[in-house]
Amino acid sequence: MHTLYHGIENIVGNVLMLRAKDVGYGDLAEVSFGDESSLAQVIQLDGEQVYLQIFSGSRGVPTDATVRFLGHGLTVPFSDDLLGRIFDGSGVPRDNRPELDAAPVGVAGPSVNPSQRIIPRKMVRTGIPMIDVFNTLVQSQKLPIFSVAGEPYNPLLARIALQAEVDVIILGGMGLKYDDYLFFRETLEEAGSLSRTVMYVHTAADPTVECLFVPDLCLAVAEKFALENKEVLVLLTDMTNYADAMKEIAITMEKIPSNRGYPGDLYSQLAARYEKAVDFETAGSITILAATTMPGDDVTHPVPDNTGYITEGQFYLRNGRIEPFGSLSRLKQFVNDDTRADHRKIMDRMIQLYAAFRSTEEKRSMGFRMTEYDSKLVKFGGLFEDKLMDLRVTLHLEDALDTCWEILKECFESDECGMPTELIQEFWPKN
Amino acid sequence: MSETKTRTSTGTIDGVNGNLIRVTFPEAVMQNEVGYAVINNLKLKAEIVRIRGRQCWLQVFEDTAGLKVGDPVEFSGELLSVELGPGLLKSVYDGLQNPLPELAEQCGYFLERGQYIDGLDRTAKWDFTPSVKAGDLVEAGESVGTVPEGMFTHRIMVPFDWRGKFTVKEISAAQTCTVDTVIAKVADSAGELRDIKLYQSWPVKKAITAFDERLRPTENMTTQVRILDTFFPVAKGGTYCIPGPFGAGKTVLQQITSRRADVDIVIVAACGERAGEVVETLREFPELEDPRTGKSLMERTLIICNTSSMPVASREASVYTGVTIAEYYRQMGLNVLMLADSTSRWAQALRELSGRLEEIPGEEAFPAYLETVIANFYERAGLVRLKDGTIGSVTIGGTVSPAGGNFEEPVTQSTLKVVGAFHGLSRERSDQRRYPSIDPLESWSKYPSLVDPEKLDQTRRGLREGRDVEQMMKVVGEEGTAMPDFVMYLKAEFLDEVYLQQDAFHDVDGASSAERQTHVFSIIHQILTTPLTFKTRDNARQEFLRWQQIAKDWNRIPMESPEFKTAEEKLLAAVEACRSTGEEK
Repeated sequence: MHTLYHGIENIVGNVLMLRAKDVGYGDLAEVSFGDESSLAQVIQLDGEQVYLQIFSGSRGVPTDATVRFLGHGLTVPFSDDLLGRIFDGSGVPRDNRPELDAAPVGVAGPSVNPSQRIIPRKMVRTGIPMIDVFNTLVQSQKLPIFSVAGEPYNPLLARIALQAEVDVIILGGMGLKYDDYLFFRETLEEAGSLSRTVMYVHTAADPTVECLFVPDLCLAVAEKFALENKEVLVLLTDMTNYADAMKEIAITMEKIPSNRGYPGDLYSQLAARYEKAVDFETAGSITILAATTMPGDDVTHPVPDNTGYITEGQFYLRNGRIEPFGSLSRLKQFVNDDTRADHRKIMDRMIQLYAAFRSTEEKRSMGFRMTEYDSKLVKFGGLFEDKLMDLRVTLHLEDALDTCWEILKECFESDECGMPTELIQEFWPKN
Repeated sequence: MSETKTRTSTGTIDGVNGNLIRVTFPEAVMQNEVGYAVINNLKLKAEIVRIRGRQCWLQVFEDTAGLKVGDPVEFSGELLSVELGPGLLKSVYDGLQNPLPELAEQCGYFLERGQYIDGLDRTAKWDFTPSVKAGDLVEAGESVGTVPEGMFTHRIMVPFDWRGKFTVKEISAAQTCTVDTVIAKVADSAGELRDIKLYQSWPVKKAITAFDERLRPTENMTTQVRILDTFFPVAKGGTYCIPGPFGAGKTVLQQITSRRADVDIVIVAACGERAGEVVETLREFPELEDPRTGKSLMERTLIICNTSSMPVASREASVYTGVTIAEYYRQMGLNVLMLADSTSRWAQALRELSGRLEEIPGEEAFPAYLETVIANFYERAGLVRLKDGTIGSVTIGGTVSPAGGNFEEPVTQSTLKVVGAFHGLSRERSDQRRYPSIDPLESWSKYPSLVDPEKLDQTRRGLREGRDVEQMMKVVGEEGTAMPDFVMYLKAEFLDEVYLQQDAFHDVDGASSAERQTHVFSIIHQILTTPLTFKTRDNARQEFLRWQQIAKDWNRIPMESPEFKTAEEKLLAAVEACRSTGEEK
């Protein structure tokens, strides 16, 4: 049916070039040599010259390899049997179980018509006070977790995967250390959460090109689940590795780099993935949490920077805690009005006071005299860190709000805590 | 310009690279002509961006997956244009003027490629009333009649690109008709007849200049945001930019402006930003009441929505589509505000294209012509006197998303050169939850404020001095700060807390009318200029915290309510109690 081509003219990096006719842009091809074969994708057409990006890497590819064009783009099999399964970046099972026999669905499909989107309406409860109270996660939201290598972002994601109140979890690993992959698998298995999870994992040892497909596979599957009325949470780690893979390919392709070697379309590429987060009016939803490491703790690095503009807020993970400054859930105001009357005001006030505490700390470290108010702030800061910021704390939203009031009462008089009078009357702890 | 027949031809694809295709063409084509790449009976819209010999390069406004070498490309003989006529308002368009809700009816949740719908509904009926009679002389931009569109009187104008005077030969009587109906026939100087319909097309990248003259913008465009209207005002017909790092509240500020701004029509061009933000506007506006007219806010709004995951090439087109429609309504003597969020994404679209064309990159790989393109865009704003003497304006507000929050980057710098007001957002302030997080010391505006300029200068100086004291205090500590300096610091802090900051989500505090701002500002100014004395620094701080509480409550009371006056008196009395008698020292 399909013409077979022999003879590859150029091999540069992971890109092969051969001459072929009637090839569609973005189509897949199967490259076979000896006993091996690998998928490849058309990334450029120039007259008869066809440029193919080979998934398994070009090492060992001979110039007389056989290339067969499949006549369609990248697809992924989809059915409910995906739950509990683990795949690699090109969709091959990693769990020693058979390939999934299901109808394939296209990957990286068209984006959702903005006029069909709805205002976010439901919060995703995670049981982590720094998220639920201060930066509520909302269905259809996309949020990155900015952190430095070495911060416990993977354990945090794993905990969210266990605790989050959603139907399906899809975990995408990009350039994941093998140990981290095992950690995720074991944690989810132990807690019995694997049965509601699908994992697409590209480990650091796998070919770079496969890393590029992980987000697309995850999101294509997530979209299908969401259309079947499921609330889906997609966890991606680590998006910086993904961007680096894009950079690697772009530079091999001799594209003009824009910032620090990253391709000029980094923003559009990241956005196309993150924008898959959606709440379908008559079906389910997709929420995305993506760990993004900041090289050198630099938030102005192109990857976290572009991400920050795309996502609806961000979490900063620093010193093992979700940092209250800078962390922001831009959608929280859609849901925290309906949680409890004090939610909004108290979260703002707590952060303002914590900011005041930080500057007092600065003052103290420089040896200045502390005023009475300063010592109140110091006490407040300590309590805040122990009772709410500590990542080990698991509290329901309502309990966490009560804890806020208790902390305020322990440290301040009711008229100096800066809360509106009507809320003080209602919520100030009585005894 | 007057030729109506279009020249069409067909070429073949010779190469595909991302959204750029190389096409061999047999006959003449023109730069920026629209062509359609044909794949499986789908036509993908594209625009010529470069011509070399017998080959031209087109940027495709859609996903190019599946295109093959040898596939045909149909050239349309036209530039990228929008339809201008009644029915634009309340619409939600993509960057190429396809109505998104109608697309959804056809395709469901997703934006399938190759689907195009007329920008104006061909079936909608409009009540046309003529305003000229046979024999009258008209020229481009003058109206021949009107139709009511919501709360506006929509002028039907002689197409803007027609040169010279025209004699009205036939004019329709008052009738109900569709946009396609010919309502007048006019003759040019050579006696050749031309048709005027309810709508006309206009190439988006060209400014509409069918007016008498441009005027200097001076009248304040109230946004009900205190820090803007009082400190960094924007004039009708002016331009401003809001650069800020991510998370600093650019979009919230844009949304507030789009709701409260004192203009007739608001055009929101969501350009390469999150879809979620547009949705808020989309879903909330129909329910919100326009305080000026009592009608739904959507009646005066038009949304151009080319969000970040939609094709990059139409992102570039979307700001032009927006500003063209803004200019069109300006031609009816209306004040139009066009908000572009974000111009950086638009600049990035230019960069992506420039990279694919392998042009020599400028700073940060942006094309060398970036500055010219930005300047040309902002220059399409302006206050103009139309040919019939009425005044119309287009105000442009663009957000800028500088890489790394660093204002030194090319897009911010090119923008700052051409705008009249700069509302710089600061991460520091947003981290401290001081909203709106406009930096009160770095921002500037060249337009006149609502309040007395002298008092304003005095207040600004106080703010700056207070901040200086704060910086100094970080080094020498509170005890090393003299009492007058300390009070200066507290005063600046007070101004910041109760006037510069504003709770956007509170009904009363969020919308501070011009009248309220003038009044509250005079009271705040009075407090700030009151000489004060305190026993200790702690005592001073406590007093100020107490006043802040009173003033913040005061901000949340409607101005008409009797409690407003009570709170004001309470505040002034509290301050008065600490007035220095001048005998202390």
